[in-house]
Amino acid sequence: MNILYFAWVRERIGIGHEDIDPPADVRDVRGLIGWLAARSPGHESALQDTSCLRAAIDQKFVDLDASIVDAREVAIFPPVTGG
Amino acid sequence: MIHVRLQAEPFDAGAELARLDALGGGGVASFMGIVRGDDGLIELLLEHHAEMTLAMMQALAAEAVERWDLLGVVVLHRHGALHPGEPIVFVATAAMHRGAALDACASLIDRLKTQAPFWKRESFADGRQRWVEPRASDDAAAARWLRGEH
Repeated sequence: MNILYFAWVRERIGIGHEDIDPPADVRDVRGLIGWLAARSPGHESALQDTSCLRAAIDQKFVDLDASIVDAREVAIFPPVTGG
Repeated sequence: MIHVRLQAEPFDAGAELARLDALGGGGVASFMGIVRGDDGLIELLLEHHAEMTLAMMQALAAEAVERWDLLGVVVLHRHGALHPGEPIVFVATAAMHRGAALDACASLIDRLKTQAPFWKRESFADGRQRWVEPRASDDAAAARWLRGEH
């Protein structure tokens, strides 16, 4: 599964993407974020407060409760600020 | 005509308006967003998702054409490092009448702000950097179009 990070999430983790293979009991985005947070102090800093995080699965915005089963790409980022 | 571009380079707003003027409608409306130099800002970095951002811009443009029966729409957004005074976003709409052109243009810029995956990082002359946080007023502006108050 390809994980993408953007903005300060990317900066704190120190990388823009990583290929990971989460365990079978990680089923939704929130669970995935919790699992990723344990990977490094940077991950923990970026991912500990899920109220500041938004996500997209295969390039569609989703709630953090969305299933990641069959997801190829999960993007994790702060709320968007375009325009 | 739907014309959507995501680019690092500057754009020529006059040329984009000329395309819309040529469509034979009764009105063309446009909005151009420009980087402000508030508080000693020296650079605005625009980060985006390589595929998703353009796809969302295209979806919003197509939706506006359908909803307001537009003759044409142009949506341009820049990415990368921008500086005060530089144009960052351009939206223009052509319709038979002014109401549709103006509403579609306003809706597009409001929804781009809250729904297109861009993130802005501000750098200041004193060395500070900060990621821009969304404003509740931006969400409210986008939501009123979804509720159909117009």
